[in-house]
Amino acid sequence: MTPDSPARMPEQVARLLDAALVAELTVIDQGGEPRTDPLIPLWDGEHILMTSSVLFSRKLEDIKRNPCVAVSLSDPIGILTEPFSRATIQGDARVLEDDLHDGWASVLPLWLKKEPVVRNLLKFRFALPLFWERSVIEIKPRRVLWWCNGDTRLDPEIFHIDEVAV
Amino acid sequence: MRVVEGLSRLGVFTHAVLTLIADDGYPVSVATGFRVVDDTIELDPVSVGEWFLPQPSGSKVHLTFSHIRPRPGVGYDERNYVEFAGILDSSASRWRFRPASARGWAESDIPFLELCERALPQGRRYLASLSQERRIEVKPRMSRGLLFFVATRLPFLTATLVPVVLGVAAAAYERHFNFGLAALTLAGGIAVHLGLNVANDVFDSLSGADEQNVNPTMFSGGSRVIQYGLISLRQMAALSVVFYGIAAASGLLLVVLVGPGLLWLGLAGILISVFYTAPPIRLVHRGLGEIAVALGFGPIMVLGAYYVQTGHYALRPLVLSIPVALLVMLILYANEIPDRGPDAKAGKRTLVVRMPRETVISGYVVSVALAYIALVVGVVLRLLPWPTLIALVTIPLAVQTTRGLRRDYNDPYALMPSLQKNILLHLATGVLMALGTLLAIPFG
Repeated sequence: MTPDSPARMPEQVARLLDAALVAELTVIDQGGEPRTDPLIPLWDGEHILMTSSVLFSRKLEDIKRNPCVAVSLSDPIGILTEPFSRATIQGDARVLEDDLHDGWASVLPLWLKKEPVVRNLLKFRFALPLFWERSVIEIKPRRVLWWCNGDTRLDPEIFHIDEVAV
Repeated sequence: MRVVEGLSRLGVFTHAVLTLIADDGYPVSVATGFRVVDDTIELDPVSVGEWFLPQPSGSKVHLTFSHIRPRPGVGYDERNYVEFAGILDSSASRWRFRPASARGWAESDIPFLELCERALPQGRRYLASLSQERRIEVKPRMSRGLLFFVATRLPFLTATLVPVVLGVAAAAYERHFNFGLAALTLAGGIAVHLGLNVANDVFDSLSGADEQNVNPTMFSGGSRVIQYGLISLRQMAALSVVFYGIAAASGLLLVVLVGPGLLWLGLAGILISVFYTAPPIRLVHRGLGEIAVALGFGPIMVLGAYYVQTGHYALRPLVLSIPVALLVMLILYANEIPDRGPDAKAGKRTLVVRMPRETVISGYVVSVALAYIALVVGVVLRLLPWPTLIALVTIPLAVQTTRGLRRDYNDPYALMPSLQKNILLHLATGVLMALGTLLAIPFG
């Protein structure tokens, strides 16, 4: 752990989150095993947000049982930043799903920045209605591991996110 | 997914993500380099901070491989991932992972839409658990208008419009036309058609055919409103009864207005429609669906519409109905191509299920050819007015459709444009035949 750990998400990791088209979300399944799915990470300056269709809701069930998750930003193709770096963010997740039909629209502006085609797909949501019944996964970051040049053979910088400051 | 299959797919990935549960209860995931060595995966050692380590040799970990291709301004495609569970040996300078199980998805192997269809049971289970938790039914939402549009498969009504218009045009050629009767005929035809569409979904849901279909398209696999939980089976059954009720009422009114000669034809149309998928007859399960559709949306509707206007039957509308009967039959026939797998599993032995690919394509070509030959022979024998030959301009569309069916026979989603053209072929040919008949009135 670095002595000057910031209270907020380190700027360089926030940039990664903003740029990443894909991240690997790891949850802990019913048997206590990790389970990883690629998802689009969205960053609102405070939480990592992801949306999941009810069709692919195993991860939602897992998060409700155990909120401890990790998000890995690892893909040099799916993360278009220069210079490239890698990060893993551990945190506590919760599932927001009061309104599966429209509730996730709150993250739509962030989503559209990364996947503009969604705007067109939404015009045909009637063709695949269950896909568009979606929950939002909200992850409160707790600890960040950052490999400045993406080389994970080297020790990462480790940052603790201060709950009070956030 | 078998481990060996997962291993065989790793060539496209740039890195692996090693995942384990740390002592504090949080997962830790770290990217690392890898190479496949026999049936194991050799990894670059990683550093994640000393309190997560050391990893004792023989610990259970997961290894994930993920790939996408960014598409600026669009999003991304080429989604592909594999996750292995297995044992990590970190005692040597290069770590060695021995996979025990694998799961994953490659967009190139399973299209995203198919993946969604395969995930339907999980989606329904999740909604059911939410419903139980909240003590109120949680289900996908759709406006009533859109739900009606989707559940009844409204765009397919062209199959009814064409024969009714053709029958009315044949009557107009003989100087018979009553708008009110034409509208009532159309209303009755539409009601039978929508009743058939909805009943088909009900019986295909009961038989399991729609449930097993993971490759539905906008032209095949039913409306899926039952599978998506938008409407219950019972509600769909009730809707079907309502449509058939309207059809019966319209038919009886027409019988009263124009004479009893229509009764048997109308009754035959409704019975064919009901027993298309309804047990115990289930015409479509016996390879008779195509003939049933050809009769119902061909001679029965054309002659019926003609009779309503003229009060008698004649040979001309019968001959006029042959091309559209063949072409409407081919809509069903081609739409059965992507459905043939699940149909076979559900015991729905359609013609396409019964025949090999080349025979199916040959059957299509012969039927299309017969449709045009019937038109030409009808004109040569002076049964049809010569301007109806204008419908021959759709021949290139038939050729394009045939090529598409042959090319994309095994790819349900690639087939869609051809299925669309096939519907257009019926619509355009039928409308042009009606137009030709009407244009001939001054010469008739």
